[in-house]
Formats: sequence, C-alpha cells, structure tokens
Amino acid sequence: MLQEKLYDYLLHLGDNSMILGQRLGELCGHGPELETDIALTNISLDLFGQVRNYFQAAAQIKGGDATEDSIAMLRYEHEYRNTYLVEQPNEDFAHVIVRQFFFDVYHQLILNELIDSKNDTLVAIAKKSIKEVDYHVDFSSTWVKRLGDGTEESHAKMQTAVTTLWRYSMELFKATETEVWAAESGVGPDLDKLKSIYLERVTAIIEEATLRLPEETVFQYGAKTGTHSENMGYILAEFQYMQRAYPNMKW
Amino acid sequence: MLGVSAKIEELLTSVSDPEIPVLSIMDMGIVRKVEFVENQYLIDITPTYSGCPAMDTIGDDIRSAFEKEGLKAKINLVLAPAWTTDWITERGRKSLEDYGIAAPRTAEVDKAALLGEANTIKCTNCGSLNTKMVSRFGSTACKALFQCNDCHEPFDYFKCLK
Repeated sequence: MLQEKLYDYLLHLGDNSMILGQRLGELCGHGPELETDIALTNISLDLFGQVRNYFQAAAQIKGGDATEDSIAMLRYEHEYRNTYLVEQPNEDFAHVIVRQFFFDVYHQLILNELIDSKNDTLVAIAKKSIKEVDYHVDFSSTWVKRLGDGTEESHAKMQTAVTTLWRYSMELFKATETEVWAAESGVGPDLDKLKSIYLERVTAIIEEATLRLPEETVFQYGAKTGTHSENMGYILAEFQYMQRAYPNMKW
Repeated sequence: MLGVSAKIEELLTSVSDPEIPVLSIMDMGIVRKVEFVENQYLIDITPTYSGCPAMDTIGDDIRSAFEKEGLKAKINLVLAPAWTTDWITERGRKSLEDYGIAAPRTAEVDKAALLGEANTIKCTNCGSLNTKMVSRFGSTACKALFQCNDCHEPFDYFKCLK
C-alpha cells in the first residue's frame, strides 16, 4: 500500500520533468540561436537525468520486468502524472521561456523541501538535482527580465505568453490524493504552504520584467490524475513511437 | 585517497572521462569507494550531473581496464553525497587548464562570472582576465562558454558546482 503510493509519487515528480524535457528536446536544432539551443537541450538533459533517478527507484518498487525505460515509455496517456503546464506547446521563444520560468520556480521549491524528505532516495535525488535546477532558475529568470523589459515587440510577446500560460501554474499546487499522502507522511512537501512563496517569487521577477500576471485564473485541474489536454497524445505519439513500433529496441 | 593498492589506483587513473580525455576519473573525483569482496572489486562512482551521458561509458571502461589485468570490477552508481567540483584534484585542474578548459573557481567568483561580471575567468589561451561569458551552458552540462576579449579565443569554463 505504502509502496504503491510512493510509486505514484515518484511518477508525479518524474513525469513533469520528463514531459518538459521532451518539449525542450523538440527544440534541438531549432533554437533561436546556437547558444540558446544548446542551453535548452542542456536543461532537457538535466531533467531527463533526474527522471532516470526517479524511475530507477520506481522500477525497484514495481519489480517484475519493470525498468526505468518501461515506466517512461510504455504507459498509457491516463497513467502519466504531469501537469498541463509542461504539456503546452513551444509556440515561440517567449512561450518556451515563460513555461520554463513558471516550472523552474516551482521545481526549485519542491526540491528544497525534498532535501528533508523521510525517504532517503528522494533526499539523494533532490540534493543532486537542486544544484542543476538553481541554474535553470537563473537562466529562465534572466531571459524573462531581458525580454519583458526589452523592446516593444519582445515585451508584447512575453506578455502574451504570461497571460496564456499563467492559468496552468496553479495546478502545480493543487494536491492530488498521492501528494496529500506524501505531505502527511513526511515524504514530500505540503503544496499549500509553498504556494504563497511561489506567488511571491514569480511576482517579483514578473514585475521586474515590467510584465503583469493576470488575476489568478485556473484552466482546469486533472492532468495530474490522468485527464490530459489534447497536446499529450501528440507528445506521447512521438515520444513512444520507437518503443511501440519496435518493442524492446535498444540503441 | 581510496585506500587501494598502487596497482588499482593506476588502473583507475588510466580511465578517463570520454568527453574530457585528458582528465582521469580519479582526478575528476567521481570514484567514491573501492572494496574487494568475493574476488571482485566493487566500485562506487558518482555522476557530475544527473544527465551525464558519459557514466555508462565510464563504467564500461573501468570494467574493461580491470578485465585486461584479469580482474573483475562491478560498478555501482551512487548519488549521495552529490558530486562537487571541489573533488577535482590539483592535478586534474592543471590538466583541464592545459587542455584549454578553465578550471572551476570558488562559488563567489563563479556566480559573479556567470552573472556576466567581467574580469573573473582567465583566458586559457593568452591568460588575460579580460573575458566575457557567451553562454552559461556549453558543449556539455558541466561547462559554460566564454570568450577572451583580447585574443578573441572562445573557451570552455568548467562550472563550479557546490
């Protein structure tokens, strides 16, 4: 029972990073300039590295034939536990950066809490990952400020992205049954407590960037329990294609 | 450092990071523990970054280096304690510099450098401090891209990780 909850919690943590990592991977060779292209794929690599750690732990719990790869590649859409935010398409560089920024601030908060988790595996993963994610936060906040407080055009594009994507952020803090269990058992953080710090941090950077957050709006809850947006099917179709077409193939 | 015989230390030193061939894994500080149990060496290694794609290759390289000497090695990947650039040895730092990669500085200098403050990282080509950061992400996860304002040479800087 407890192990089942822990397994599901590992998916909550891993799936956000994995789907965002996949979105960033789509930009490989398509970044607006070489350095940014490399930066975004570097971030993707960090995220996938972290996901491997979560899923190796998940595979041990699941036992049998389960591996990090089968957990990553061979679930059905409703079994993924990521939020709507990370599913959102790349659209333009403003959307890529704002999505990253909204997620990075959340990610940093979560990892800082997981460092004190009662689960030793999570502590080890968090201590490793936080060093990488501090960097991600630096990167995305710097771009938010530069483009928000940039030219008229960059400001307008950033404002559109902020307005479009903000509605997906609050879902990060809407605890599922599994996340409530994690908080109560000392395995994971209490999301409610983190929400106000999140709002503070995001607001500070957004204001410095001369941008404006819309009134707190929520698109919909439910991605974390498997009700994904239309985007998810397309992401998985590409992500899983090789494993579905050629089961158990390896590089 | 690991309390192993000179021969084992030499074997481990012969294995290098595939992405930075001049740097032995010993100087990199990623070999954390070596034990000899039931006729095989149990070797703990730790990744520099979570997504470091070199770890599998490094594991294979250690195993084959041991096999050549008729020894058996079993690799175990550990995450804790998390790797820090402080574990790079003096010899390792020198190899990096000679190879054209600026070695990691202290956390304060590093932060200043990566926030774009000038005159902090020394050019590996001409030694000038008049350098600028081009991108905080470089050719691999562990490096940032810099350029010298004097000789214009682009070079990698090994990011400080604490």
